[in-house]
Amino acid sequence: MKTLGLGSVLLAVLRREVSLALRQKGEVLTPLVFFVVIASLFPLGVGPESALLQRMAPGVLWVSALLAAMLSLQRLFATDYADGSLEQMALSSTPLGLLVVAKAISHFLLSGLPLVLMAPVLGLQFGLDGRALGLLMLTLLLGTPTLSLIGSIGAALTLGVRGAGVLLSLLILPLYIPVLIFGAGAVESDAAGMGAGGHLSLLAAMLVLSIFFAPIATTTALRISLE
Amino acid sequence: MKTSDIHWFKFSSPPNFYWLAGRMWPWFATLAATLTLIGLWIAFFVAPIDAQQGQGYRIIFVHVPASQMAMFIYLVMAAWAGFGLAFNTRLSGMMASALAPTGALFAFLSLLTGALWGKPMWGTWWVWDARLTSTLILLFLYLGFLALQSSIDDARRADKACAVLALVGVVNVPIIYFSVNWWNTLHQGASVSLSKSPSMAAPMLWGMLIMVVAFWMYTIAVTLARVRTIILDRERHTEWVKNAVE
Amino acid sequence: MFCFPVETVFPLEKTLFPRDHARFIRSRLCTWRDVISAHSFNQPFDLKPASTLSFSKLGCNRGGRQLFQNVDCVLEAGRWLYVAGANGVGKTSLLRMVCGLAPIEAGDILWNGTPIHAQADAYRQDLCYLGHLNALQESMTVQENLVFTAALGGLAPDAAQTRAVLKQFGVPGREHQLVRHLSQGQKRRVALSRLALSPARLWVLDEPFVAMDEAGVRMLADLIAAHLTQGGLAVLTSHQQVDIGTIPAQMLELRA
Repeated sequence: MKTLGLGSVLLAVLRREVSLALRQKGEVLTPLVFFVVIASLFPLGVGPESALLQRMAPGVLWVSALLAAMLSLQRLFATDYADGSLEQMALSSTPLGLLVVAKAISHFLLSGLPLVLMAPVLGLQFGLDGRALGLLMLTLLLGTPTLSLIGSIGAALTLGVRGAGVLLSLLILPLYIPVLIFGAGAVESDAAGMGAGGHLSLLAAMLVLSIFFAPIATTTALRISLE
Repeated sequence: MKTSDIHWFKFSSPPNFYWLAGRMWPWFATLAATLTLIGLWIAFFVAPIDAQQGQGYRIIFVHVPASQMAMFIYLVMAAWAGFGLAFNTRLSGMMASALAPTGALFAFLSLLTGALWGKPMWGTWWVWDARLTSTLILLFLYLGFLALQSSIDDARRADKACAVLALVGVVNVPIIYFSVNWWNTLHQGASVSLSKSPSMAAPMLWGMLIMVVAFWMYTIAVTLARVRTIILDRERHTEWVKNAVE
Repeated sequence: MFCFPVETVFPLEKTLFPRDHARFIRSRLCTWRDVISAHSFNQPFDLKPASTLSFSKLGCNRGGRQLFQNVDCVLEAGRWLYVAGANGVGKTSLLRMVCGLAPIEAGDILWNGTPIHAQADAYRQDLCYLGHLNALQESMTVQENLVFTAALGGLAPDAAQTRAVLKQFGVPGREHQLVRHLSQGQKRRVALSRLALSPARLWVLDEPFVAMDEAGVRMLADLIAAHLTQGGLAVLTSHQQVDIGTIPAQMLELRA
């Protein structure tokens, strides 16, 4: 038998997650549809006045993306926990931190990236122009991996717990607020002519910080949940 | 008695700490009551009328200490939780659980007094001020901690999970505060702001300081009393609890 | 990840403490070499020295109840430990403590003389655990499941090897079938076949003979016996009396 390096193991986990998701397409598409539905609810609630919608658009789309990303977080560890695969992962010779990062990357690919691709379509509904749409996509591209990483901490903490879904939202949403502020703020700031460079840099900084620290918290939380 | 003679870790066992907390909390409660009375006396009778805000500003003597305490208690709670996670002691987790409700209470009190201040001053019950918004988010963090605590049945596992949550929260609190600050200045121009307190005369500063210390004493008293109950609950299978309760 | 030169990371040390620098660098390199070699999984059994697993005054506390305390035991290479006891006495908890999943509240578990929490990564390389759950993804095929589990251990078996293993475990020709279409007993056999693909020295098996027919029980017993004769160790719980080849069991009776 040939040996595998850590990179190959990471790819194996990614491949497994993606193939599992492709076999259960409903689970991947439901959060995306949820995103569209929520973003469409806001104009129904506040009225179709275009100036108001244009101002609201970045915030509304970001909040909808947050909620949709959170819906799919419950799936991250729950199925593996239920059938015992998570135990085997924790007991394998591959570092658990690497597996957690692989899972977060797969979560981004399966739920974050579709949101990024869907957002411009919804942005058109709200009347955003081309430049704002591009910037919105960029902020979502930088922000959704951070959401996956921070969300994995919450998913690990609420494994096998009563009412895990709602509890996860309560735990994670306060931690998402900085990403929301800078993500939506970037588009608004650019529309006001002040440039989005600072916001984007901060989003990137938060992404880098969460890549380094979130896996540590998630591994600790996973080992606690597996006790 | 030299410092090295005191066995500091003697009190890290629940029965000993139960006894110590029982002896200590009445003292702190008395201190808290006395200092609160002094602080409120200064607030109502000694501090002068503010030029801009009239008598209504006096609520600052409760609002500012409450929001400072909410923040401080979160730090202390996270410290205890981190201790428990690192050294695997039972009592540290119990202390963190005992602190959380008081912290949540102070956060709520800060929001309530902020609203009561805002209404006569600026005509609205709620102002999206940087401090109020950060305190609101802090309240959410506290509520998340309490929710996670109550939803996990096994007490040790609940303590450890909440410890991870508290540590993640404590790292995030400066980030949240900074981003809310940025958001506030960007959008509001800081015209309506509770953070801009009236310029402080000496008696006002003394009053607030005394109220902060009073709230601190209250927190310690209540936490010690609460941790006694938690100890009794968690250790109810042991001999000493059965003897103590009889 | 481990490729950038050490000097770029610690240049300050070089300027401040030149004499200690060489020693410091050497110690760092040794750590990193150990980390890298810890992930080169393909060391054959026989080159490693004989292993021992020992319990020292082990105690277990679950939900406020003391399950067992002061458990002592030493298991040498080539022997198997039979953990016996009534339902609820803590057999599964003990096995989970051996794996390092559950925290050790009292006492110690030593692998080759060192406590297991002090050598977490190296210990996990030597460990293969099979609990009550099968750890099989229902929506994936048998082949995919086996390849993934092996990949977690850093190995990549080819198609011929997985076919051979499945044949050995009595589920021939099922590689491309989804796990959800197998029967309970077949799923258990696939879960057990992980043992054949694992290079671990210590096998921790929680009721492995459940849901197995007679032929399966004999096959598994022979597999464990072969593993033990090669210098491996095994810890088992079971409600059935099973003979593992001619190797006598070391009994550990748990009592409240």
